[in-house]
This record gives sequence, C-alpha cells and structure tokens, in this order.
Amino acid sequence: MTLFWLLLITLVGGICAALTGLWRAEAPRIAALITLGLDLLLVLPLFAGMDSMTNQIWLLQLDWAWIPRFGIRFHLALDGLSLLLVALTLFLGLLAVGCSWTEIRERPGLFHFNLLWTLAGVLGVFLALDLFLFFFFWEVMLVPMYFLISLWGHENRAYAAMKFFLFTQISGLFMLFAILALVFLHYQSSRSLTFDYSQLLHADLDPGAARWLLLGFFLAFAVKLPAVPFHTWLPDAHTQAPTGGSVLLAGILLKTGAYGLLRFVLPLFPGAALDFAPIGLGLGGLSILYGAKLAFAQSDFKRLIAYTSVSHMGFVLVGAFAGNREALQGAVMTMLAHGVSAAALFMIAGALQERLHTREMGNMGGFWTLAPRLGAITLFFAVASLGMPGLGNFVGEFLVLLGGFRVHPGWTTVATLGLIVAPVYALVVIQKVFHGPPRLASLSDFGMRETGLMLALIAASVWMGLYPRSMLAVSEATVSALARLPAQRGT
Amino acid sequence: MTVPAVIALLPWIVLTGAVVVLMLAIAIRRSFPVAFWGTVVSLLGTLASLAWIRSDLPIAATSLLRIDAYTWFFGILLSGSALAVACLCFAYFRKRENENEEIFLLLLTATLGGMTLVASNHFAMFFLGIEILTISLFPMIAYSVRASLPLEAGIKYLVLSGLASAFLLFGMALVYGELGLLSFEQIGRLGLGLESRPLVLTGVLLILAAVGFKLSWVPFHLWTPDVYQGAPAPVTAFVATVSKSAVFALWLRFLVDVQADRSEILACLLGVLALASVLAGNLLALFQQDLKRILAYSSIAHMGYLLVALVAAGRLGHQLLSETVGFYLAAYTITSIAAFGVVSALSDDTREDANVDDYQGLFWRSPGLATTLTVALLSLAGIPLTVGFLGKFYVFAVAVEAETWVLLGAVLVGSGIGLYYYLRVVWIMLQPTEKPVPSPPLHPAAGSMLALLTGLILALGVFPQKLIEAATNELRPESVTHNDAELATVMRRLTDMAASMVSEVGPRSALPAPLQPARFSPDR
Repeated sequence: MTLFWLLLITLVGGICAALTGLWRAEAPRIAALITLGLDLLLVLPLFAGMDSMTNQIWLLQLDWAWIPRFGIRFHLALDGLSLLLVALTLFLGLLAVGCSWTEIRERPGLFHFNLLWTLAGVLGVFLALDLFLFFFFWEVMLVPMYFLISLWGHENRAYAAMKFFLFTQISGLFMLFAILALVFLHYQSSRSLTFDYSQLLHADLDPGAARWLLLGFFLAFAVKLPAVPFHTWLPDAHTQAPTGGSVLLAGILLKTGAYGLLRFVLPLFPGAALDFAPIGLGLGGLSILYGAKLAFAQSDFKRLIAYTSVSHMGFVLVGAFAGNREALQGAVMTMLAHGVSAAALFMIAGALQERLHTREMGNMGGFWTLAPRLGAITLFFAVASLGMPGLGNFVGEFLVLLGGFRVHPGWTTVATLGLIVAPVYALVVIQKVFHGPPRLASLSDFGMRETGLMLALIAASVWMGLYPRSMLAVSEATVSALARLPAQRGT
Repeated sequence: MTVPAVIALLPWIVLTGAVVVLMLAIAIRRSFPVAFWGTVVSLLGTLASLAWIRSDLPIAATSLLRIDAYTWFFGILLSGSALAVACLCFAYFRKRENENEEIFLLLLTATLGGMTLVASNHFAMFFLGIEILTISLFPMIAYSVRASLPLEAGIKYLVLSGLASAFLLFGMALVYGELGLLSFEQIGRLGLGLESRPLVLTGVLLILAAVGFKLSWVPFHLWTPDVYQGAPAPVTAFVATVSKSAVFALWLRFLVDVQADRSEILACLLGVLALASVLAGNLLALFQQDLKRILAYSSIAHMGYLLVALVAAGRLGHQLLSETVGFYLAAYTITSIAAFGVVSALSDDTREDANVDDYQGLFWRSPGLATTLTVALLSLAGIPLTVGFLGKFYVFAVAVEAETWVLLGAVLVGSGIGLYYYLRVVWIMLQPTEKPVPSPPLHPAAGSMLALLTGLILALGVFPQKLIEAATNELRPESVTHNDAELATVMRRLTDMAASMVSEVGPRSALPAPLQPARFSPDR
C-alpha cells in the first residue's frame, strides 16, 4: 500500500496545489513541499528495510486487477534500484520547488500542479511492473512536462515543447509495438495473455524476434536517455524549460530512459542484448565524445549543460551494455550523481538568468569578485561534473570504465577519452563566466534559500563520492541479478 | 406480432412516437424550451426502454430487424450521443429569432435512422435506415439558412449523398439480381461467393462506395471538410459521431452476416482504403487553419484507424471484431462530441468562430472549455488517461496480433503527424492574447454536458473494463431466437416493396422469376 500512497499523495497534492493557487501565490509552493515531504517520510524508512533483506529482490509489492480483459494488472513493486531512483526523484522534486520559489510568478498553482504530476508519472515509471502500466506512466509524465515547458519556458518554448513531445511520444509508440508483440508472442507460446513483467521474463522468444523487440524498447529509451543520434530534442527542451523544469528533465526524466534499459531491455532480452552490446557501447562512446565536443562549442550556458548531459548519459549506456556487476553499478551511480550535478548546474544557470535575463556566456565575465559564493559553488559542480575523485560522478564513471574495459576494451578506451574532454568544457564555463574583468557593476550573490539548496546538493555529491558503499549496497541485489542474466540464459 | 418482439421494439416505438408527438406539439404551439425538454425526455425514454429490454436479447423482432446485444450497445451509444447533441443544440440555437424547434424533430428522426441501421438485418432496412438518417441530415446541416456556408454545405451533402444512395441501391440490385436474396442471414447461409460471382462483387463494391461516402474514407472524403465547416457546430458533432457510428456498425454487421469478412479481395481493398484514409487524413489536417476542418480531417484519419482495426481483427475472430470496433467507436464518439461541443459552446447561430486563432488564450478566458478541448484533443491523439488511448491501444493490439505490418506502419506515421496538429491547437489555446474574441456566455445545458463528457473520457480512460465488456458481443446470427413465424405476411409485403424498389433501378430481366420466400427454416 505504501507504493499506492506514494502515487496518490503526489497526485492529490498536485490538485491541492492547483486549487490553493487560486487563493494565495505562496500556498501552492507550500502544498508542494508538504506533498513531497510526506512522500519522503514514506520512502526513507524503506532504506532501513533494505539491510534486513536477504535473498528476495522486491522490497514491496502491490498487485491489483485492473483491466482483466487483457491481463493487465496494477502491479507496482520496489527494489533497491527503484528505491534509489524514487529517493532521487523526491529529493530533486523538493529542489525544483525550491528553485522556482521566486522565478515562477505567473500561475504558481498550475505550475506546481504540473510539477507534481510529472513527478507522479516518473514515480509510476520507476515502480510499475506491468508493461502496460509502465507505458501508461511513461506517456502520462509527458503531458504535464509539455505544459511546464510551453507555459513557463523561455523565448523559443513552442518549438522546444513540441519537439520534446513528438520525439518522446513517437519513440514511445515503437515501444508500445514492441510491448504488444512481446505479449502476443508470449501468448502464442503459453496461452496466457498477460502484461506482467515477471511472467514475460520467461517468454520463450525466437532470437530473431527478440532482436526486433529489443530495438523497439531501445529506441524509446535511447531517445529519452538521450543517446546520439536521438539527442536533438534535449538541448532545445532543456534550454527553453524554466529552471524547475530543467531540473526535472535533466535530473529525473533522463533517468527513466536509463532505468528502462536496466529494468526491461536487459532482463527481457538477455541474448539479444548481448548481440546488441557492441552497438550500444558504440553509441555510448559516441555520445560521450560528441556530447562533450558540442558542449564545448556552446555559448549558451543552459545549452552547454544540456550537452554535458548527453555526454554523461553515454556512460550509463556503456555501463548498461557492458553488463557486468561493476559496470552496472557504475551506471546506477552515474545516474544518481549526474542527477545531482546536472540539477545543480541548471539551478545555477537559472539563477544567473533570473539576475541577468540572458544565458549568453559572451555577456558574462568576472563574476567571481561580484558573487564569490556563486562562483565557488559553480566551481564545485563543474569539478564534480568533470569527474573529480571524491565526488559522485567519479565513482560512477570509474566503475563503468572498469567494468567496460573487461568486456570491450576498444569502445571503453574511446569512452575514457571523455574524461579528458570533460575538464575542457567544464573549466571553460568557469573561465568565461567567473574570470576576467567584471562585465557588470554588481550582481547579487546567492541568498539564504539558494545557498541552502546548493549545500544540500553539495552534501549529496560529497556523500556519494566518499561513501558510495551506502548506495551501492542498496542496488546490489538488483544489479547482481542483472549481471548473472547472460550466463543463466545463454543466447 | 408476438409480445416479446413488440417489447424488443420498444425503443424504436418510443422514438417514433416521440417524433409524432413533438411534431404535433410544434404545430399547436411553438416553444423552444418545451421542444428541448420533450426531446430530452424522449431520448431518456429510449435509453430507459433499451435498459429494460436488455435481458430479453437477442431477439429477431421481424426478419428485417435483429435486436441483440450488439444492437443494444450501439443503441445506447447513439441515443446517448443524440442526448448530448440535443443539449448542445439547445445552447446553440437559443438566441435564434423564429422557427427553431424543428432542429429537435430532425435530431430525433436522424437518431431513429441510426438506431434502425444498427438493428437492420436486411437490405430493405439498410436502405430505409440510411435514407431516414440522410434526409434528416440535409435540413440539419443547412439549418442556419441565413448564412451561405451552411446552405452550401447542405447542398453539397444533398447532391453527393443522393449519388451515394444511387450507388447503394444499384449495388443492392446487383446482389439481389445474382442471388435473389435480400436478408443478410440468408445471403450468409448461401455465401456471397465474391470470388466466383463478378456481379455480386460489383454490387458489394458499389455498396462499399456508398458506405465509404458516409464514413468519408479516402477517396470518398471530399465532402467532409466543407460540410463539417459549414454545418452548425452541434450538427457537425452529430454528423461526425452518430451518423458514422451507425453506418460503421451496420457495415460491420453486414460483412460478418454475409460472411464477407474473410474475403481476401475485400480485405485487400479495405486495407488500401484504410492506408489512404490514415495518411491523407492526417497529412491534409496539417494544413488547416479552421478547427472544424482540422477535426474533419482527423475524423477521416480515425475512420481509417478503425478500418485498420476492422481488417486486422477480421483475420482474428468475430468477437474481437465487435469488441474492437465497438470500443473504438464509443471512444471516438464521446471524444468527438466533446471536441465539437466546445466549438459549439463558443459560438451561436449568428456567429461561429472556428479559426484556430480565435482560440488563442482560451485557457485564460474560459479554463473549463479549454480543459475540455485539451482532454478531447489528447484523447484523439491517443495519450494515456483518456479513453482515446485505449482505442488506439486496441488498434495496435489487433494489428500486431494479426501481423498487418504495413497498416501498422501507417497508423504509426499517422499518429505521429496527428500529435503535431492536435498539440498545435493546445499550444494556441495557451498563448496569451491582447484582443480576446467575444464569445457568448456558456449555457448550463452545454456546460454540464461537456463536463460530463470530459469526466467520461477520463473515467473510461482509467477504468475501461466495463466498456470493454459492453462492447464485446457476438455478431453471429446463430444464437438469435426467431419470433417471426406469424410475421411472414408482413415481411413478404416488405420484401415485395424492396423488390419493387430494386426493379426500378435494375433491369427487370435480371431478377430471378420466383421471389425467394424469406422464411427461416423451421428447425432453426
């Protein structure tokens, strides 16, 4: 029931935010904070439960009949991987509310409604164990996100919102095909019509069919991730979204693609995934280098960060298809660490835009003397993003490369080059924005609220860097099961 | 006529009676509210009598009409839609100066035509139903006589519809000329033999052309955007939903009854029509500036999706066929009435703003209507949480299971294009505007009906099981109990009438000499 409450509280909280928005401008912000706080209260005790778990994977399950005609069930379940991502979602959700506190002045009720419903969709994606339900949430989270971008976005929001929606929705249709084909193939061999994950795991698939099905799923997840060459929606959407929207997009929505790879692509089609691995690794390597190169070429602050996301998510792709324990743990760790660092960088970019009304780095410079706190925090996250040991991103990327090298040294070497290119774009930001002669007479530094939010993110990043064991232990059971898959099922 | 048969015919009797009473009432004293409430009561009466006869089904009321669960499902759908359209009409025509009661009369006769279609089991009833429906639609489309667009639309519909009727009649004549049968069941028992009888094939193709006109499949779609644009908005809602659902339901029953659903030639042809409708409908919708024209092309595309489902499910089994088509039509009907209803609620008889630019800033002017339109458009686009998503899910599911990959590809491309033009309207509604277009205040009848429809779209989108169960019906005639032994004389007279209609069109020499007595063998 906890899982159901988690979704219900978020959905109802969204409606409350919309309604209280009619009354006072501050009320929806507080309603959103209370909603996410309640959710966190539900989720945090679950971490304690992880330790006592011995050999079963699912910590919590909920299985209700929904549409019996198609064997569709309302099946939610939570394991270590879901738990980490749910916690990340709620944490970044709180920060998104925090960083929109002064930025969103128009229709705050509607804004927080959309924010919470996006979060509910994402939570549903991380929890659903019925493929229909998963697809349902996958699509549901798009609509409020579309409204977030198109209503509170920046100058070119119409184009960005439309592109975001079309890319994800059309790739989602391919996944729907693959889901249906999988279900019917399973039906033909077992005579039971079901969308249930655990039953479809045992579907007896012909290797040729499995390859096509994998492609359908992969396309949807690669667009969301995003992997080169499906990444073109991302710079537009991230740049045009309001800060809160960018935080959600970069921090959480991209992770649903990565989660899909780990939860569905690898376990459902282990043999085909093994055959597909070179392509997946190649796309991952390509994304890392190409994303980094494009990031370096940007003059728009938010666009630059958007391309670094492409680069970082390339590591997740490499980790997922390398498929051994280290690489998979690295992928999970990168998801979490990138969620934190990208959210922080987008919040910094948002804060700068709120003050300067521009994102052009050509118009910035010498801000360190004007706003030292802003500068120091930016430097911290730039360094985190380039993979400095001791911070979360390093742990993730190191583990991915460690695991990947054993499977495919060639592509892993290419991916490693990313660690060389990353400092270039990360430090260019610092140089352009904070060094040199001051371009402005004055710039208000981070206030109490913003510094507090940033400190929370810094703490999270340092914790992940210094004590990764605490996170790795939670996802251990899921990841080990995943790593054993190819060996168990052969082709 | 036996008592059960009369009871089973109750909904039709109620509706016919209501038409007569309403006509007399209008003759005695004109009153728009009285006519409206009379219509609401008679449609509620129809619904109630449908609910009442549910347990007695299936039953063959005469050999012209078969009333079974399939008929029942569509009966509920059609009379429910007519009720919604009546509410929209009441709001739309309330300011009109004089003589506006007849719209309800026409609405009731058109509904009667649709209800007859979904029950018909015989070419005579097929033709009668389609004519009752069509002839009521001409004056409805041209109801705002002072404007030129409705008149143009009415004439266009009249001329093309007359042509379609001629095709239909000629097709029926050819089938009758070759087989000497008019009842679907009897034809089914004999088998159409499309492959071996070229005359029958020609006849069925002519019937297909007429049905294609009514359902506006490409290339029979040319009238659709003009008529949709010209007709008063509530009438457009009616043409887009009730008329299409009834004809499609009949077409499906015809195909299954005469066992043409497994015919390779027909499936191939329908597949081509589906492909053309999905692609052309969606592509042409991209270039429209008028919301009613966008919805017109989108309805062409939706009829194409439905045809994909029909072809695909036809390869799988009858039960799936009625389930898929029933569910999709219900979803499409509810959604389309909501979409046209918003257009209708924002206009009245004197001015109709359907250019998409008029909808700029609608979210901030009237959030309720904008929300309804958004939900309806998302449902047409097939986004989850709405009933349209499950409709599209059905199309995908049957197409994947039947492995009709080309059609599936077309649906995918079509859905992708569709998303763009639906979202464009949503986007326009979100834009702030400096000079809001004045619109009449929302009438409670239209407002409450739109709220109800929005609720239905969302509720059925999350909990579809009940609708699925209701849509799953047996289409085959085998299980029907026949009560027509005493009806032979009535029936024979009607058959003669149908035969004389046929003989006016086809050459008399082509008719077989003895008319087959359309009786059911006693062992059945």
